[in-house]
Amino acid sequence: MTPGTRHTPDTTNEQGETTVSDVREAAVRPAAEAAGETRESRLTAESVTLSYDQRVIAENLSVAVPDHSFTVIVGPNACGKSTLLRALSRMLKPAAGAVLLDGAAIDSYPAKQVARTLGLLPQSSVAPDGITVADLVARGRYPHQGLLRQWSREDERIVVESMTATGVDALADRHVDELSGGQRQRVWIAMALAQQTPLLLLDEPTTYLDIQHQIDVLDLCAQLHEEQGRTLVAVLHDLNHAARYATHLIAMRDGRVVAEGKPGEVVTAELVEKVFGLRCQVIDDPETGTPLVVPAARRRRTPAGATAGTAAAARPAGSPAP
Amino acid sequence: MSVSSPPRPKVVRTRGGLSLRVDTRAVLVVAALLALAAAAAVALIGTGDFPMSPAEVVRTLTGGGTPAQEFIVRDLRLPRVLVGLLVGASLGLAGAVFQSVSRNPLGSPDVIGFGQGSAAGALVVIILFHGDPFAVAAGAVVGGIATGIAVYLLAWKKGVHGYRLVLVGIGAAAVLTGVRDYLMTRADLADAARSMVWMVGSLNGRDWGQVWPLLCVAAVLFPVVIGQGRALRMLEMGDDAAYALGVRAERVRIVVMGAAVLLTAAATAAAGPVGFVALAAPQLARRLTRAPGPNLPASACMGAVLLITADWVSQRLFGADQLPVGAVTGVLGGCYLLWLLFTERKAGRI
Repeated sequence: MTPGTRHTPDTTNEQGETTVSDVREAAVRPAAEAAGETRESRLTAESVTLSYDQRVIAENLSVAVPDHSFTVIVGPNACGKSTLLRALSRMLKPAAGAVLLDGAAIDSYPAKQVARTLGLLPQSSVAPDGITVADLVARGRYPHQGLLRQWSREDERIVVESMTATGVDALADRHVDELSGGQRQRVWIAMALAQQTPLLLLDEPTTYLDIQHQIDVLDLCAQLHEEQGRTLVAVLHDLNHAARYATHLIAMRDGRVVAEGKPGEVVTAELVEKVFGLRCQVIDDPETGTPLVVPAARRRRTPAGATAGTAAAARPAGSPAP
Repeated sequence: MSVSSPPRPKVVRTRGGLSLRVDTRAVLVVAALLALAAAAAVALIGTGDFPMSPAEVVRTLTGGGTPAQEFIVRDLRLPRVLVGLLVGASLGLAGAVFQSVSRNPLGSPDVIGFGQGSAAGALVVIILFHGDPFAVAAGAVVGGIATGIAVYLLAWKKGVHGYRLVLVGIGAAAVLTGVRDYLMTRADLADAARSMVWMVGSLNGRDWGQVWPLLCVAAVLFPVVIGQGRALRMLEMGDDAAYALGVRAERVRIVVMGAAVLLTAAATAAAGPVGFVALAAPQLARRLTRAPGPNLPASACMGAVLLITADWVSQRLFGADQLPVGAVTGVLGGCYLLWLLFTERKAGRI
């Protein structure tokens, strides 16, 4: 606990609405509210320049994560999507501009306080040798603990809940290094859940998993978003997964945001060609009705056969004017 | 599939909302090691040209001995044992810190150049300035700290990472060994002999003058390091994961590494570069506690036990003050390292 040391100025945005700024405010909102996605954003990047050493990845980039959304960032390799996520999660300090959390620069808060508001599932984490699932998940409670408050009943309850929510409760006493890749990813997600943050950022959570576990993990994310009203931000490689699960999609290329909005409005053949340089059709996903990207056949991708086909269910697909 | 269910940590809670996690096994290991260290210390105090039974030692320590016993215990043997305990604990703790930070058992202070740095600093004082023991100790501290800073700066690239730290440290150790050997060639016989004795690491003739500075350093730095133990556990999951949990990774690392360098330098100044305690103690401790994480208190206790036991073994087998303790820890530690490398190779990790 850090009594009296909260530095969370209330700010007013351009519209004159006061943004909620108390970071410790109810970690998780009721499910009923979750459905109503608002235009407000607790987490924003304001014209940031992102670079590694001298290599500039993105310049003057502004992004707002809508509260209670499942935001997915997509784009080709090296478009800066993971870099943006690193900046949003304060792993990377912008060379210019600022990442704002509840209206104040994210690095102006004490580290533990941010960790109680914003969680991150990094791409590469190392499970310490010989650690059990329950112990690893329990480490997610670190930002809520102190030297003399190491393990409250609440900690214990939340760890059990997190393991149940991710379906790893039966593995609690197993060693993490003897689990399969899919199980391990669930354990890491359980740890991030135990952190009880209203905002959760996931850096390519489905990489290296087989298709069944990919869907598993994404279902879990969707469930967290719907039932607990958490704001989720994920970087995903698979455009179809993004289109199916996201409530807000951000498409990036060369360090710029090319398009953002609901997947149904954003994902068009023109956009896919613009962002990924891939000719395709976009049809309705027969399962969910969300956009489904079908890459054009090889011979159609050659200039001679570049006229777009029109399947019965197709959206306006196809060939942008040369 | 056999599921071994490790005992969950016990929790102690108060009405005021305080709660402590207690790993029963780790507590038992620490208690056993403390008892062992105390027993070895009593045995060591009783060993020498004027042997004393454990009962006599305890009686003398509590103020009930003859004047002769008082003199031998208080003025001669107790300070030597205390120096041994403190040096061992400091090296064990420093080793645990560096092995945790580098995520590598080879990231120990005596492998990555700090011992060599202290030795080079001490030899500069002995050979070039013919300094008194106090100046030699100061030279060792300065040499160790300078090496620590140099290794950190050379290994730093957006944060210090395991293999980089180990490789840079091994490079630094090689350079400093060269410096040391060059100094030895410039030394006259008396200085060379004095340097040789200093370099092996020994507890011979240690008095209260060595105890107090070491005790002060330990009293300040042990709580600092152990207080960062929880953050250090988080760091073992990688910088990103730790940072996401609110651990300021680089700040924690600088604090614990700085403290570990100071502890190593102070220990080396007091007893010379005693080998392999820093490497072996944390590895042995974690095999006893079977707990993940740096196991800081257990490593410190294990270091103290190792050093005191090695000194006792050397006195028993070879007679008083014949074989410096550093030679025994070197042999024991060397065998242990070989075994470690052998099992790691079998496990496919090296």
